[in-house]
Amino acid sequence: MTANETHNYSSTELLACVAARILEDKKSVFVGTGLPIIAATLAQRTHAPNLLVVFEAGGVGSQIPVLPLSVGDSRTFYRAVMASSMHDTMAMSQAGYLDYGFLGAAQIDVYGNINTTLIGSYTKPRVRLPGSGGANDVGSLCWRTIILMRQDRKRFVNDVDFLTTPGYLTGPGSREAVGLPADGGPYRVITQLGVYGFDDSTKRMNVVSLHPGTTLEQVRAASEFEITVSGKPSRTKPPTRRELKILHEIDPEGIVVS
Amino acid sequence: MHVLSEGTGEVLGWHDPDENRRWIRKHKSRDLKDKRMGVQEAVTTFIKDGDFIASGGFGHVRVSMALIYEIIRQRKQNLALAGKTAVHDADILISSGCVSKVEAAYCFGHELRGLSPASRRAVETGSCKVVAEISNGGYQWRFLAAMMGVPFIPSRVLSGTDTFKHSSSKLVKDPFSGKSLCLIPACYPDVALIHVHRCDKYGNAQIDGILVEDFELSRAARRLIVTTEEVIDNERIRGAPWRTVIPFYVVDAVVETPYGAHPCQMPLRYFSDEEHIGEWLALSRTSEGVGQYFEKYVYGVDAFDDYLDLVGGIKKLIYLQKVEQLRAPMKAPWLRRRR
Repeated sequence: MTANETHNYSSTELLACVAARILEDKKSVFVGTGLPIIAATLAQRTHAPNLLVVFEAGGVGSQIPVLPLSVGDSRTFYRAVMASSMHDTMAMSQAGYLDYGFLGAAQIDVYGNINTTLIGSYTKPRVRLPGSGGANDVGSLCWRTIILMRQDRKRFVNDVDFLTTPGYLTGPGSREAVGLPADGGPYRVITQLGVYGFDDSTKRMNVVSLHPGTTLEQVRAASEFEITVSGKPSRTKPPTRRELKILHEIDPEGIVVS
Repeated sequence: MHVLSEGTGEVLGWHDPDENRRWIRKHKSRDLKDKRMGVQEAVTTFIKDGDFIASGGFGHVRVSMALIYEIIRQRKQNLALAGKTAVHDADILISSGCVSKVEAAYCFGHELRGLSPASRRAVETGSCKVVAEISNGGYQWRFLAAMMGVPFIPSRVLSGTDTFKHSSSKLVKDPFSGKSLCLIPACYPDVALIHVHRCDKYGNAQIDGILVEDFELSRAARRLIVTTEEVIDNERIRGAPWRTVIPFYVVDAVVETPYGAHPCQMPLRYFSDEEHIGEWLALSRTSEGVGQYFEKYVYGVDAFDDYLDLVGGIKKLIYLQKVEQLRAPMKAPWLRRRR
């Protein structure tokens, strides 16, 4: 992502810091590699030393030394409390142990439904993407999901090309109606422009905070659907020097944070 | 049980549980016998054109590249592949033209390295078909159902999505809770390929670190070829039986192949060879490049030892051990290109 000229940090760094601050100490988080584990590790090294980090391939309670290349890489069970299996981590998610889960997305709709499968039609995809991976599991089974993605009108869309991972589906009660665990769903969406949540009664996306230098007009221009605003949105706090330093310790090669 | 809706995906690798029990009774040996053989013999004996195969490990972690290269070298055709958490293993196999269909949970991607140019091209041009969608969690539960000898596993994933609509699952009304419940069908691959840290000549195997889904996959597959970093004495297995994660009676072949996961990672032994994977990712942007890669590293070499010499030999292998132990920095050409 491009560097923010008026502030001395990149939008990727900002995303990682905002995501980290949402995570609570003494709670659990299901992570993938890339920004999610960077955010979770930043949280562990700042306000949430007892954040329980879980990787789908079996790393549980990990304290990663540096950014893993893979969700199944040995770095994902470095200083862990258990090197287990996918059945174990998926089962613990299904049973209700996972407070937070991270997701990425190629497309998202107003209810937080996500596409990571393809662009175009199913029979003739213009771009074939990896598919669900663990995303459908995370979106179905974690109590609260946090979605990290880039925002523009091709990504914030009225209809996703393929609904890979459930958000609030068609609105209140629809997750429960299809048998997904009750009371779960998307909690925050973090993009290069702002932080969004979901209205309690409509389950539609709304503005929580705008990043430094971002206007509501920019947010609206970068979405096909309407993102509602109630009252005056707050301002995202920029990354601190300490946060930035830790981010580069976690990703010294600059694979994600550069 | 009332079926509320069902996915349109092809049900790959399903068998009636009684049919599979009979198959196991007849074909899986309970004899403690020496199963060691060479990689060529293992592939010739156990993999046929059209088979449905599944690769253990995690796509580019603890995968049996020695077997994958041999499958390509023997030019197997029309394989179906479990795109469970498929990364470099699937990218190489699909690009080689051996695979005509996949069931995709995670496929055509290289995690942090980006997307897989060649296998994506295969799907976008239709030479390899995605016949069903599923999630990673869902896929490993297909193996759990199979190892338990039951026709399906109930789960609370997939429902409400297009992933479900294109899966081989069914949504039913649960007779206990009265809620909708997703039934994921059992999956018995024809052959599983699993690389382990050590095993004895009978196939009793130990894995260091996470198991991913190999506990379930090893027991679900009809045939299992184990490649191993080293063959150890049976007494070492019996001295610590709690360390055995794959027992001999599910194993059909034992192939000793040190560094058999190269260029992928073998946890606690050697890191992935990012220079080599980077070379593949660059070459695989074009079909000519794909051809060059296979000519040089697969068709052009007869034995895995020769391949190891070709990719940099002992110097490279020592370096990869150091990276794994966090004693040397990772060198990755794909990283420079991205910047």
